[in-house]
Amino acid sequence: MDMSIVLQAGVATGTALLFATLGELLAERSGIMNLGVEGMMLLGAMAAYWVSAHYGVPWMGVIIGMLAAGLISQIHAFITINLRADQVVSGLSLNFLAAGVSVVLGEGLNSIKGVAILPSFTIPLLSQIPWIGKIFFTNQGILVYIGYLVFPLVWYFINRTRQGLHLRAVGEFPAAADSLGINVYRMRYLYVFIGGLFAGLAGAAISLSISPGWFSEKTTSGEGWIAVGLVIFAQWNPIRAAFGAYIFGALRRLVLDIQGPMMILGLANPFYYNPYFGFFLQMLPYAFTIIVLVLGSREAIKKRIGTPAALGIPYIRGERGM
Amino acid sequence: MPKEEVPDLKVIAHMQGIRKRFPGVLANDQVDFELREGEVHALLGENGAGKSTLMNILAGLYHPDSGTINIRGKQVSFNSPQDAIKVGIGMIHQHFMLVPSQTVTENVLLGLNDPPFIINLKDYDDKIRQLGERLGLIVDPRAKIWQLTVGEQQRVEILKMLYRGTNVLIMDEPTAVLAPSEIEDLFLTLRKMTAEGKSIVFISHKLNEITEISDRVTVLRRGKVTASGINTRETTREKLAELMVGREVLFRIDKKPVKPGDVVLSVENVQAENDKNLQSLRGLSLQVRAGEIVGLAGVAGNGQSELAEVITGLRKCTAGKICIHGQDTTNQSTLTSIRQGVSHIPEDRTHVGSAPNLSITDNVIMKNYNQQPIGMGWLINSLAANRFATKLKDEYEITAPLINTPVRLLSGGNLQRVILAREISSKPKLMVAVQPTRGLDVGAIEGVQRLLMQQREAGAAVLLISEELEELLSLSDRIYIIYEGQIMGEVTDGDIRKIGLMMTGTPLDKIGKEITEEDGK
Repeated sequence: MDMSIVLQAGVATGTALLFATLGELLAERSGIMNLGVEGMMLLGAMAAYWVSAHYGVPWMGVIIGMLAAGLISQIHAFITINLRADQVVSGLSLNFLAAGVSVVLGEGLNSIKGVAILPSFTIPLLSQIPWIGKIFFTNQGILVYIGYLVFPLVWYFINRTRQGLHLRAVGEFPAAADSLGINVYRMRYLYVFIGGLFAGLAGAAISLSISPGWFSEKTTSGEGWIAVGLVIFAQWNPIRAAFGAYIFGALRRLVLDIQGPMMILGLANPFYYNPYFGFFLQMLPYAFTIIVLVLGSREAIKKRIGTPAALGIPYIRGERGM
Repeated sequence: MPKEEVPDLKVIAHMQGIRKRFPGVLANDQVDFELREGEVHALLGENGAGKSTLMNILAGLYHPDSGTINIRGKQVSFNSPQDAIKVGIGMIHQHFMLVPSQTVTENVLLGLNDPPFIINLKDYDDKIRQLGERLGLIVDPRAKIWQLTVGEQQRVEILKMLYRGTNVLIMDEPTAVLAPSEIEDLFLTLRKMTAEGKSIVFISHKLNEITEISDRVTVLRRGKVTASGINTRETTREKLAELMVGREVLFRIDKKPVKPGDVVLSVENVQAENDKNLQSLRGLSLQVRAGEIVGLAGVAGNGQSELAEVITGLRKCTAGKICIHGQDTTNQSTLTSIRQGVSHIPEDRTHVGSAPNLSITDNVIMKNYNQQPIGMGWLINSLAANRFATKLKDEYEITAPLINTPVRLLSGGNLQRVILAREISSKPKLMVAVQPTRGLDVGAIEGVQRLLMQQREAGAAVLLISEELEELLSLSDRIYIIYEGQIMGEVTDGDIRKIGLMMTGTPLDKIGKEITEEDGK
């Protein structure tokens, strides 16, 4: 088993996680948790693949996939921002809605042959760097390369720009932002929408580049949930989010690939001979997500790792404190 | 005042015939208010007199039902605080509007359109530092808000307004959260600002501060002006109090001599952490005897709330020992401390002290629901519960339509009476009262203080934690001063100078020297 090939595939898998995580991170930084990431990713993946299958233009698919997920996220925005409903409940419902819509509309898509997908290529000089060149810059999809650029930009945006400053203020202490003329509601709508766009992009990256095709709800196979966990794991920091996404991506690939060879390091591969070990491995990323989520929800830990202070709390003008 | 001799003083803001009605109350009734250039204008009145409403109108937060506002002779109509800031009016609210996780500079820049996109914080750090130094507002621009003291946070709020070019600064009860030395610094800054021609509205109900800092005073009572722009020099504290309350006010509470009995509460070297897992109590010891009120003075956030929670069993201590009547109750449940006769008047009335959506009855039986006659095995005798609640409602003069009114509908004073009724009716041996009169009007404050005095006479030990020095001085037999989770010392003679020094971190044994040195000079 060639480790660098596993890692190379892991980076590609991690790219979808990265986009979904960054989107959720931005929405949560504005104070809105959206648990519908998985559903929005599915919708994005389906819409992107559908457009590419029918019109043959994968880029158009990416854009339509992003817009579809962005638009459906606004339902969650309306319910949590204006109607002030519980964000967890609303997010879960959005997840079921978006997933259901995708599965129904995506019926029969998998039988279409020869759907155009996004290009993959090798970057000339960078791919010559030993190890790193092979893992990161050889024969990757174009969205993987875009991913390398996006996460530092998101970090820069949050920490070094006026709009980022306003975003952080809205998520930490909306009353302060409001008192200085920042429209808290509009900001939250905007960032939930951006979160949707990112989730759609993540979905499109899967269906048109990473593992092309439409396999119903198995297309994303729970990556949206891992993204929600990764936001907490990343402590709302885009750089950490990127690390987490690539590590998780590699883990997922490793779990698949380790079951292939009969021998590892000259020993019999237990994962090859005993399928139960394989099932156990496949469970690990999800188990890890659950652990991270459970830890993250504990108030004490919440305070130490810098959750946006107003996360999950509806903003009502004139209420004291928040 | 030399200013008074100038014939046509420039009027900056003129409010005329302001009316504002909220559901159930007429907060402002035909109020006139005039602010001149370069003056500190105090706005005096009890809680609920309409001071904050009037200034919220001037700051653009509320829209008046009728009346006009003229700024430099031009009529204006504000739809938001931004409109007011545009003509140079800024307000600093009692609850600071600062983002705790961001730096001073970031908070000052928040909401501005300049810089348009990329912020190079270093450039602005210097600009803000210089602005602050000019007016004595010393604060590190790169510090995060949560690292600052309340006094420093207030400076950030002032800087925020000055950076926006404010020349009318409205401050709502600015001294309520400050230590005596910080109040002096604030006053120095205010004087520097008025010297530059800026005007300040100083909302307060503290007479001594008003007489010290203001040039003129406007007094409000129940939404109406009782004195309009009178010269502070030409009035007295007593006269202002009368204008404010509408009757003569006694500044002393009549305190009967009670001989302190046995030690009821003893706290030995207690350490505890706060909600952020930072050390909050650092080896604190104190004692409270039966029949005495012991005050705990200190600037907010020095461990007072944690101490109250540790004593009442709501928070674990990491070291030390707490005894009630000689019995060790360290890290026992709240039920244990209730059974030991501890009652608790918590700081947060609406969330800790009561269950807002439950009725008066349900709230008052929370401590004795499992005792005869209200508790019958696993049933609750609702007739007995209602009788009990009705009795307390009359006894403690709780004004509410029915005993099954949800307590969230009660006013602050009445809610506090519900809590006091529950806590006192359990015949406590130790009472821990945290800010029991905060936010209440003068009548309600008197009532609460009287109840505490009655507990003292009945032989209970009372630990009174308050930020109101005047309240502590008039009620307590002794006062401990807390600073950063430690007791700095104990005062029995009410020496306010000593208290002030200890509140800012000088231990008692070092004070002796300082004060004698000062007097020697």
